[in-house]
Order: sequence, then structure tokens, then C-alpha cells
Amino acid sequence: MEAVKNAVRMEGITKRFGNVVANNAINLELHEGEILSLLGENGSGKTTLMNMLSGIYYPDEGQIYIHDKPVTIASPKDAFDNGIGMIHQHFKLVDVFTATENIILGLNEEGKMNLKEAGKRIKEISQKYGFDIDPEQKVYNMSVSQKQTVEIVKVLYRGADILILDEPTAVLTPQETDKLFAVMRNMQKDGKSLIIITHKLHEVLEVSDRVAILRKGEYIGDVLTKNADQQSLTDMMVGRAVSLNIDRPMPVDPQPRLEVKGLTVYDELGVKRLNDITFTAYSGEILGIAGVAGSGQRELLEAISGLYPIAEGSIIYHNPKTNQTGDMAGKDPLEIQKSGISMAFVPEDRLGMGLVGSMGMTGNMMLRSWRKKKGIFLDKKEPERVANAVWKELEVVTPSVDFPVRRMSGGNVQKVLVGREIAQDPAVLMTAYAVRGLDINTSYTIYNLLTAEKMKGVAVIYVGEDLDVLLELCDRLLVLCGGQVSGVVDARTTDKRQVGVLMTRVGGKNNEK
Amino acid sequence: MKNKKALFHIVKREALPWYQAWLIRGCAILLALLMCSLVTIIVTGLNPLALYKTMFYGTFGTNRKTWVLFQKLAILLGISLAVTPAFKMRFWNIGAEGQVIVGGLACAAVMITLSETIKSNTVMLLLMLVVSVAAGALWGFLPAFFKAHWNTNETLFTLMMNYIAIQLAAYFIIIWEVPKGSGKIGIINQKTRLGWLPYLGGKQYAIIVLLVAILTILIFIYLKYSKQGYEISVVGESERTAKYAGIKVERVIIRTMVLSGALCGFMGMLLVGGTDHSLSTELVGGRGFTAVMVSWLAKFNPIVMILTSFLLVFMQLGAKEVATNFYLNESFSEILTGIILFFIIGCEFFITYKIQFAKSGKEA
Repeated sequence: MEAVKNAVRMEGITKRFGNVVANNAINLELHEGEILSLLGENGSGKTTLMNMLSGIYYPDEGQIYIHDKPVTIASPKDAFDNGIGMIHQHFKLVDVFTATENIILGLNEEGKMNLKEAGKRIKEISQKYGFDIDPEQKVYNMSVSQKQTVEIVKVLYRGADILILDEPTAVLTPQETDKLFAVMRNMQKDGKSLIIITHKLHEVLEVSDRVAILRKGEYIGDVLTKNADQQSLTDMMVGRAVSLNIDRPMPVDPQPRLEVKGLTVYDELGVKRLNDITFTAYSGEILGIAGVAGSGQRELLEAISGLYPIAEGSIIYHNPKTNQTGDMAGKDPLEIQKSGISMAFVPEDRLGMGLVGSMGMTGNMMLRSWRKKKGIFLDKKEPERVANAVWKELEVVTPSVDFPVRRMSGGNVQKVLVGREIAQDPAVLMTAYAVRGLDINTSYTIYNLLTAEKMKGVAVIYVGEDLDVLLELCDRLLVLCGGQVSGVVDARTTDKRQVGVLMTRVGGKNNEK
Repeated sequence: MKNKKALFHIVKREALPWYQAWLIRGCAILLALLMCSLVTIIVTGLNPLALYKTMFYGTFGTNRKTWVLFQKLAILLGISLAVTPAFKMRFWNIGAEGQVIVGGLACAAVMITLSETIKSNTVMLLLMLVVSVAAGALWGFLPAFFKAHWNTNETLFTLMMNYIAIQLAAYFIIIWEVPKGSGKIGIINQKTRLGWLPYLGGKQYAIIVLLVAILTILIFIYLKYSKQGYEISVVGESERTAKYAGIKVERVIIRTMVLSGALCGFMGMLLVGGTDHSLSTELVGGRGFTAVMVSWLAKFNPIVMILTSFLLVFMQLGAKEVATNFYLNESFSEILTGIILFFIIGCEFFITYKIQFAKSGKEA
């Protein structure tokens, strides 16, 4: 085999966000003319790493070489000058412009703007690689796949020979995915080097020559695709089981608390986000919900708490105090509160949904209790007492209970949120990515709080992304894939590999030996 | 490849103690005054100190001037208070101008058309109050209703409502014009003084100052201590958080705008019944827009708004004095106002952020 030339070499790249190390001393190579898959779970640092290549972030440490020359990439323009083009997950197009206008936008070519000439070049590029594009079409008339095509052509038009595609198939139908892969192979034949970020294993196996795997910000290694299969890739992606020593007592006298039956929801574009979800959450247990990001976790929790419109299905709540049951599907949060259902919800978007950033702890404690007192004025005493209790018990670092929570660190923000939700004395506690971005100590504080709630007889629902934590903290795991339940497993007897398979394929059970 | 690197970073500050924040603000005002002096010397060749002195004289020079200051301050502050709840909710209501005008129009309508039927001044005043407040509230309700139910753009909507209000006023001015053909309404009920706000202690404007002072305190309490004020803050911060907390966002939007509009209508009544005793399309004279600035500068704090509205009124009155005494264009003082505002608003940046200069030679 002749010596491979590197299109990109990243050496010892480290990037931190506050205390969180997103990328730790990563070495990555992209050979000329290959398609490399960058594989990893959510939060493993794939996108961060690629953003440094495309000039959106600047690495704290390390050096990037393009075609074996050391370069500094401090801005997207630098990236472009080095022939690097990234196609982001969220398209950055001007809706009211045509494809051509979007493609030449910001190019600053010499001379007069020549749309005809540009249109011709776009047609040439399209024919060369097999794109299906109408240069005159306005973006707002385009399908998602067409918009993606514009993004790719835009990058090619600017002469990029290194292309990064960030989860390009997440928004595509299988047929569109096949088309995209065909185009990618055409580009490869033309000598371009490509990186595709994904966590869908069968796509990795189908399209790439080589796979590089990241896990929790670390570079795990690379394999040639022809030597890999789904199982070996899953193993590398999720890693060996790490013992976290989370205390997990057995559930005491579990009783059905929340029965979700046939829950189906659609988003505002009419896309089905949850498809016939059925499960039961018991008191005194932690039910984990696993799945790759965007499998319907957010929609599920928001639908239960009355924030997401429900198309079909029922949510039966068993009230432990009155022993009554009632369907809460279709009720809004106020009605749920008023009907005596004590439900706590720690949403994923802490400052955008769970808290009011500009207010202090007291103001935020009020968010759950301000309605209770009669009359037109606010009761500040009780929330202040709760705020002080949370401050002390959870060791929140803040100068005072009136200090705006927006200016606290991430861990403290989460303590305020979790502390408030627990202080409501809930019967059901739902948390979404409760430890995302938190350091180890705070994470353990949260685990212990959740376990303590469980032992009080609360039905805890824990949406998580770290499989090690899910398997050690929870009693049972519900695995979601593409808005469907792909399996419910006992967290004590299941291993990561099984969950990993369920996460990537609906009906993964059929694949088990 | 050139080795490019950003010269400095902009970093968000940790909390700044209040005295440091005020130190920064003080420095900003000092710098602004210095800058103003410089501009004055360069552009006009006048002694800036003399200029400042004249401005001060223009506002506090005589008893009469001081009362005019108080009246203008009270009106501007009142309108600013009226727009504050909506802005705190991040509802971009730039229709205060129109809301005040319809309030004034309604007030004038009552004063003119019922001057024969109603003899009691108390009944007249009460009727004026109810009608003006209702008219303002309606002007606030319409954009809010459309915003809440069909998500129309409230900025454009409220702006358009201004034109409707002004045209309505123009139309009725022609109908009620005195004397015929003048295109103006003279002083309404000049002889009977029916519907005129009472003079307190012989001072015409004292009642306006008193009412607005009470309003300031009420709004302060409303925003800070009432449940509705809390809802407004939450909706303004994030609608998603509001929904999460079980707040009915649509209802809060409509209720708050009705309140804002009603207060504007009330201010319209004070203008017609208390100061002008007449109606013209220039009744509000842009103060509906200035009020937005007053409110924002004070970060929606009614007590601080006393200071910010004072600053603006002071500059405006001072400007007139300077214009007459030094034969300068009034625009010159507007330049000075601009400079001062620029510094005051600009310094907030340094309170929230700090600038870190890059250490050199960190990378290869």
C-alpha cells in the first residue's frame, strides 16, 4: 500500500467549556480521498471537534495540519481558505433567496454580481456529482433534502476539497439518504475527502472507508470499515462498563403511578414524534429512558406534563393520597396542578424553560408556589424559606438567594432547579438530562437526590444519555428509537451492548441471539 | 498562512457589586459631560460651562420654569410608567402615542359634547376618567388580542394604531373647531372651567404631579409585589417557562396591554383636562416614543424612571433656553442629549461584560 497522504491531521486537540472538557488531546487523521465516519454517542465531542476544523471554535490546545501544513483556523473564513467546508445540522440559508443567491452569498467575488454565470457553474457542479437542484428555486419552497443539497453545493462552489457533514441523514428519508450517499461517493471519486458525523451504525458501515470513534471527549481509536461490524462498533462507542458505585437500593412496594397508553404526538410540521408509546412508571423506582438524542424523549416528558399537544393515547395517574385514578392527557399544566396531581419536571432546557434566568433563587422557587396564596399579592416568605433550605442543603454556590440564577454556574443552576422540584413533594418526578454538563460531584449529588426520592415512594423518570449511569442508577430502562419504544429492560441484568442495539434499531430484540 | 488571532475577548462578568456598577455609571456621565464640552467648544466656540449654566437656568431659573419642569416630568414619567408593564413583558408596544391621544380625544369629547348637560364638575371629571381610560384600554387591547391569537407583529400594529388615533383626533378637531374655519379647538369650557382638573394650593400642575407620584408607587408595587407583576416578569423572560409554570400567556398579554393602554388613556386625560385644556394632534408630541427610552434606560424600575425622565426633560428644557440665549439651533442640544444617552447606555455593556486582552505567544 502506498503511503497515505493526510488531508487533515489534528494533533492533541483539547477544548474546554468552563469545567467541562469537550475534547481531550484528540489526534485525528483524514486521508485524502476517503470517507471517514466520526462515530460517538451524544455529547462525545464529535461536533465540537469538527467545529474547530471549520473555524467556529478555537482549540485551547493542539495543532491542526491541512495537507501536512500547520495552519491556524480562527474563523470560518480561515477554514474556507483552507478548503474546508462544513454542512451543519441546522441549515444556514436565507429563506427568501434562491439557491443561487444563497450559494454566492458572502463570496465577495470581484466584479459585478453575475447570477447567470453563477447559475451555470452551479449546474455544472450538480451534473458532475449528481445533485438534483434548480438554481432559481427559492429556499422556502424547498424540501429539507433540497436545502441540504444547497448547503453542499455552496461548499463545493467555494472550492472546498474537505467536506464535513454533521449528521446529514438525521433529517432525511431512507431514499434521500441513498441519494446522498451516492453523491458522497461521486465526490470521493473526484478526490474530495469527507467526514460524516453520525451515530447510525448501518450508515457508517454502508458509506465510509474508515471509522473513528470518540467517547466522552476522548479519542478511542479507528478501524477500517471492512474490518468492523455493528457489534464491534457498538462496543467501541459505548465502551466497557465503568463501575460508578451509585447506590441502588431495591424498590420498595412498587405500585403503578403513571400509566401511559398508546401515546402519539405530532410536531407543528405534522411529523410524528411519538408513535404509540405504552409503559408504566411505578412508585419507588427509577425508570430510565435511553435513546439517541431526538428519539422522542423531550416530546414524551412534555406531553406528560401537558406542554405538548397529544394526538392520541391516555396518561392515567394513580393518586397515592386518594387512591383515585384519572386521565391527564389533554390537560394543560395549570389544570394538572389544580386537579391535585403533584408532578415535578426538570426540563432539559434549564434556563429557557425550568427557570427564570433574571430572577434569584427566591423568585424561581415562586414559580411553583406563587399561585397558592390568596389575594393579589405575592407571598415571598415561603419561597424564601425554600430557597434558603435548597441553598444550604444542596450547597448552592451563590452570593445570595436574590442573585440571578442566569449568572450561576451550570451545576448550581441545576441544583436550584432540582431542589425546587423536589421541594414540591412530588408523586412523579421527571428529569431530562439532569446531569448534562455537570461535574462529577454535582452529578453524584443529583443521583443521590433522585435515589432518595425513589425511596420516599416517588415514581422517578430519568431521561439520560450516559448508558453507564442509566444502567447503574435506574431500576428499569425504557429504550426509545425514532419515537417508538424499542424495548423495556431490567437495568440490573442488562448490559450496555444490549441497550446499544435497542437504541439504534427499533425492534432490536429480534436481533438478539 | 498568517498567524491570526483575536486581540481581545469579551467575557461576561461575574456579579458586580452595586457600588462598582454605579461607579462605572458615574464615570460614564463624567465622560459624557467632557465629550459634550469638547463638542461645544469645537462646534460653537462657546464656553461649555456657560452653556451648562444656561441650561440649568432654563429649567430651574424661575418658579414658573420649575413648575413647567415638574409638569413635563410628570407627564413623561406617567406615560413611561404606562408603557412599562408591556415592555417588561417584552411586548414591543410603540403605540403609547396613539393610546394617549385617544384618551385625550375621548376626554375632550366628553368635555365638549356634554358641557351643556352636566353641571357638576365632579361628575364631569369622573366621566372623563372612565371614558379616557376605556378608550386607551381599547387601543391597547386590539394589538394584544391579535398578537395573542394570531401572533401578529405588535410593533407594526401599535405603530399603525398611532396613525389611526392621530387621524381620528384631526377629524374631530375639524368638527369641534372654535372659531369656525380656524382648524383648531380653542380652550375648552374657558368660562365655566367645566372638566378642568382642580388647582391644588393655587398651582395648576400640582394635581398632575401628585397623581403621577401616586401612580409611580402603585406601578412599583404592582410590578414587584403582585402576582400579576410576577406573571409579567416570567412571560417577559421566557414564554416557555411561563407555560411550564402554568401561566396562560395569551391572557397575560391581553391583560397587561389593556392596563398599559388604560394608563396611557389616563395620561391623555391629564393632558387635556389638566394642562392643555384643548386638543391638538400635537398633544403628545412624541412623548409616547420618548417614554419607551425612559423605561428602558431605567430597566423598568419605576423609581429609577424618575431620574431618567428628569434627565430627558432637563435636557429638552435646557435646550430651549440655550437656543434663545446663544442663538443656537435647538438641534445642538439634541446632539448633546444624544452624546449623554450614548454614554449612559454604552456603559451598561461594561457593567455586564469585561474585556480580556489576549496573552501573546500561547500557541505554536
